[in-house]
Amino acid sequence: MEASISAKKDLVIEARNLTKVYTMGDVEVHALRGLSLQIERGEIMSIMGPSGSGKSTLMNTLGCLDRPTSGEYYLDGESVAEMNDDQLADVRNRKVGFIFQTFNLLKRASALANVELPLRYANRNEDRTQIARQALESVGLGERLHHKPNELSGGQQQRVAIARALVNNPAFIMADEPTGNLDSKSGDEIMKMLLALNKERGVTVIIVTHDPEIAKRTERVVTIRDGQVADK
Amino acid sequence: MNYLNSFVVALESLAANKLRSALTVLGIVIGVAAVIAMLAVGRGAQSTITGTIEGIGTNLLFVISGGNSDVTNPKPLTLADSQALRDSFAAPSVIGVAPMMQGSATVTAQGESTSTMLEAVTPDYGWVRNLELTEGEFISEAHILARSAVVVLGPDVAEELFGRTDGVVGETVRIEGQPFRVIGLLVSRGGSGFTNEDNRVIVPLTTAQARLLRRSTPNRVDMIIVQAASSEAVPQASEEIAAILRARHRTGIGADDFTVLNQQDFLDTAAAVTGVLTIFLGGVAAISLLVGGIGIMNIMLVSVIERTREIGLRKALGARKRDIMIQFLAESSMLSLLGGVLGIILGWLISAAVGAVAAASNADITPVIGVDSVLLATLFSMAVGLFFGLYPANRAASLEPVEALRYE
Repeated sequence: MEASISAKKDLVIEARNLTKVYTMGDVEVHALRGLSLQIERGEIMSIMGPSGSGKSTLMNTLGCLDRPTSGEYYLDGESVAEMNDDQLADVRNRKVGFIFQTFNLLKRASALANVELPLRYANRNEDRTQIARQALESVGLGERLHHKPNELSGGQQQRVAIARALVNNPAFIMADEPTGNLDSKSGDEIMKMLLALNKERGVTVIIVTHDPEIAKRTERVVTIRDGQVADK
Repeated sequence: MNYLNSFVVALESLAANKLRSALTVLGIVIGVAAVIAMLAVGRGAQSTITGTIEGIGTNLLFVISGGNSDVTNPKPLTLADSQALRDSFAAPSVIGVAPMMQGSATVTAQGESTSTMLEAVTPDYGWVRNLELTEGEFISEAHILARSAVVVLGPDVAEELFGRTDGVVGETVRIEGQPFRVIGLLVSRGGSGFTNEDNRVIVPLTTAQARLLRRSTPNRVDMIIVQAASSEAVPQASEEIAAILRARHRTGIGADDFTVLNQQDFLDTAAAVTGVLTIFLGGVAAISLLVGGIGIMNIMLVSVIERTREIGLRKALGARKRDIMIQFLAESSMLSLLGGVLGIILGWLISAAVGAVAAASNADITPVIGVDSVLLATLFSMAVGLFFGLYPANRAASLEPVEALRYE
């Protein structure tokens, strides 16, 4: 019955009863305690929560960087909870676009080469340079293709990262504090860009943040507390 | 991610740390250069020694005293032994017999003095060893009978004492203080490092026995050089010589107190010695390659730690374990391959330098760089890079993406 519901709602993410237990020495840390979450295609939403709430663990799990200890996780209809490392890498490459607080660009590579990187690992026979150039043009960096990260401003670097996240047409974008390292003006630009991507191109965006101002600008806010979705 | 791509990425990352890459490569460069140079010089020495021995002539046999150490009462070789070898019935394969004694002597003339090799021989020695004279005559039977104080000089000795290599016949030189009349001058054979045949003096055997080279047994000789009728007759001649000497020394078969050597024996011995030398030098060089490899491993490990975040990012963007592995292996094997190529060039330069120094000091060694040693060095350095890159690469590939991204 639930399957028919998910078909109707066109879910990008459907997580049921996720748990995650870390063993630190003798102590077991329960980072996720039976968390369930559904995210529809075309949604822009934010995940909030104090530190230690399990927010980062949820982000890593949804981003397929880590596997849950138990529970089910369907990404774009694929069950990823049981996948091996290489399958997870493949899913990350095709389905997830990451944006990080610290941009995480390769210092020595040009903007173009940075955006090409996911295409290289996709190993498809295609004109990578052309695709990467279009992605950079779509974030307004068509004039800065061959600049290295240290020749770009913080806002521009984050736009390169957005182009990199978009380049493989992922199922959703996972943005971890995307404005955390930017001044308020650049941060505002980046937020506008993410909102525009969602509105104009229908890209599903998940923003993980602790800034209520940022969260307020998204359609939906999910707060995590003690490894579970907090009731409103 | 295809292989070409990996190598481009590896090159870029090596170029980003030029000094570090250069220092890392240096270990391999020195190792490979050492392998190449050692093998080349070793091979050059080998061919020089082989050439010297082959110059002896293929149909000569050398009889020396001493053989099986179990012989209870070994007898030395004497002039009478050499006379016995001339018996054309007992030894039909033998056509020439030249007993000789060897030593060193100080030769003086006109206030000049030189230390040289002294050979005491009979007239047959001249044609058995193909000696040629630029002037004068060789030692004759009359000189032997009369124990004449006469000497044939090598060209280097003449040059040393008189400052010239002609018109020295008739001069007088002093050997160990005793006057000798110069009767002949040898043709120069060119100096060949190990045994310079131009630096010697030749006197009659009997004269030396009486005055210069005193031995415990009268009429004792150091060596008898025997010329066989042809190189095919050498084994037969060897049998005949052994039979005669066994009968004379009254020793049983297998308990010889003498040894008969031919050119092949010398070649075998020289090959064994230079072979051991080459292996030894190669081993030393291989150790330096190993040290170079450990240097690569060290730097790769540092590089993995430094680039933990980069590895995490690459994994987040979809790099598989294999992709990361190939990336780091490409870097380490590129380092070692680069080292290998530079090492071959440096090794070639060193060999050339050694050859030049050897030529300048009259030692006739021409280092030979074989294709096989170049191939060996290249493959070995690649293997070193792969082997020592494996552990760091595996460590990089096994990083958990979450941990790696969080790494500060």
